[in-house]
Amino acid sequence: MSKPDMKINIAGIELKNPVMTASGTFGSGKEYGEYIDLNKLGAIVVKGVSDTPWKGNDSPRIAETYGGMLNSIGLQNPGVETFIKEDLPFLEQYDTKVIVNIVGRTIEEYCEVAERLGDTNIDMVELNISCPNVKEGGVAFGTDPFMVEEVTKAVKKVAKQPLIVKLSPNVTDIVSIAKAAVNGGADALSLINTLLGMVIDIDRREPVLANIVGGLSGPAIKPVAVRMVYEVAKAVDVPIIGMGGIMDGEDAVEFILAGATGVAVGMANFINPTATIDVLSGIEDYMIKYGFNSIEEIRKGLVISDF
Amino acid sequence: MKKLYYPTIIEQKQIAQGIFSMKLQCDEIAGTALPGQFINLYCKEHELLLPRPISICETDKQKGTVMLVYAVVGRGTESFSRLQKGDMIKVLGPLGNGFKIEKGVNIHMLVGGGIGVPPLVELSKHLKGEVYAFLGFAHNPILVGKLKNYGAKILVATEDGNVGFKGNVIELLDKKDIKGDMIYSCGPKPMLKAVSEWAKGRGIRAQVSMEERMACGIGVCMGCTRKIKKKGEKDWQNRKVCTDGPVFWSEEVIWDE
Repeated sequence: MSKPDMKINIAGIELKNPVMTASGTFGSGKEYGEYIDLNKLGAIVVKGVSDTPWKGNDSPRIAETYGGMLNSIGLQNPGVETFIKEDLPFLEQYDTKVIVNIVGRTIEEYCEVAERLGDTNIDMVELNISCPNVKEGGVAFGTDPFMVEEVTKAVKKVAKQPLIVKLSPNVTDIVSIAKAAVNGGADALSLINTLLGMVIDIDRREPVLANIVGGLSGPAIKPVAVRMVYEVAKAVDVPIIGMGGIMDGEDAVEFILAGATGVAVGMANFINPTATIDVLSGIEDYMIKYGFNSIEEIRKGLVISDF
Repeated sequence: MKKLYYPTIIEQKQIAQGIFSMKLQCDEIAGTALPGQFINLYCKEHELLLPRPISICETDKQKGTVMLVYAVVGRGTESFSRLQKGDMIKVLGPLGNGFKIEKGVNIHMLVGGGIGVPPLVELSKHLKGEVYAFLGFAHNPILVGKLKNYGAKILVATEDGNVGFKGNVIELLDKKDIKGDMIYSCGPKPMLKAVSEWAKGRGIRAQVSMEERMACGIGVCMGCTRKIKKKGEKDWQNRKVCTDGPVFWSEEVIWDE
């Protein structure tokens, strides 16, 4: 039996399959290159990059929760110049698409990073306006439709590659945020980023995270993520990259049925270094089992009955 | 390619209140592990997702076995303690960098506190020259016999005076006042800080093995950082305990936080 066609297209860029990595859970790929063949991935989405190096938050930065984890890394990264010099040449060796997540404290900072990346061979830019762990920028932009449109518009103007906008679930109405990003010129949307949460150590009577609060990810958030992808997919015409607690192929298929074109694997990488490859083969198995010929067919395959 | 392993537990026993030793049959890890490295252990329970980083106490390359000594401190380690001989466990490793063993070092001082003692056991087998093991515990010493068998001169302190010197390991260091060439230390952070100051005061170089909450263990998640200022650097950087450590030079650690 021939292998099903898993190709997808996002903003004119063809990916060999829908499986990507969620920013911040895959570094710049080097570490996982020791465990898997990176050529097999649809795209590698690298950890958030800023204009200058960011130190991140104090430790502890990790707290385990039931079926998930909180993190409060605070976008620690060595800055765009170091990324271009040290990480990009590594990624360029592989036959996969490279998507760079960009972060900033101001619209100007976002634009600087996007402009600098315009001189490189990366395939797409992912605008991170949804990180809950930084005081300025991040989710401060992502929770107000007006700001979402402004920052998207500004970055779209300077970006040379297609622009994905990554949305925060920490909002009352995700659809209005999604529409604002599309109005601002987003070529695609990715969702969801982490849900803001808190864990308290009752013996010490203090928060586990030094930052007090952090972003919840993992299987615990999957139903929220699937619901948001479903709502946004109905409301906008741009492709969606769905993520939030994908652990295996079946989880990924749920997101595609909800309306996602691509899927990203996040926390699962921490638990199983081959998670991305396992998700990929799981989707393939599903396609064979039910006779799907393309990802697009699955995406249009959700049945909603009227009762 | 590196990969996860699913070794069989060939021994599991409680060696003190809340402290367990677990021996795994895992040729791959036993064959490559260096003193001071750790492995990730994964829980069977699906809701406990993150691996637990546990330092390697001892390996036997011939037999292909890896011994871990761990304390039950939460639901994950409690789950490990319920596993029995013959059970399988998911592991990843060896991970991190071990202790640096330098030539020309003749008098070695191991300084361990509580559940920080295990990685010093494997280390002691690799050191040439005189080895002193300063071991501090709250009440019950662990692994003293092993260290003694491997040739270390044992100096024990317990907080309640149950065994050996009554007090903490720093007071014991003060009392014995041995001038070593290198200190290798693992234990709770306040102890490591005190060891660092003690070493600095006597001009002895010290390596400290640090611990921090981790997610991946392989340098990706950036969860396990500590403030480290390397020689020649103007400012500290948040460096990863998993892949930049867990062993750091004590003078490079920013302790005041």
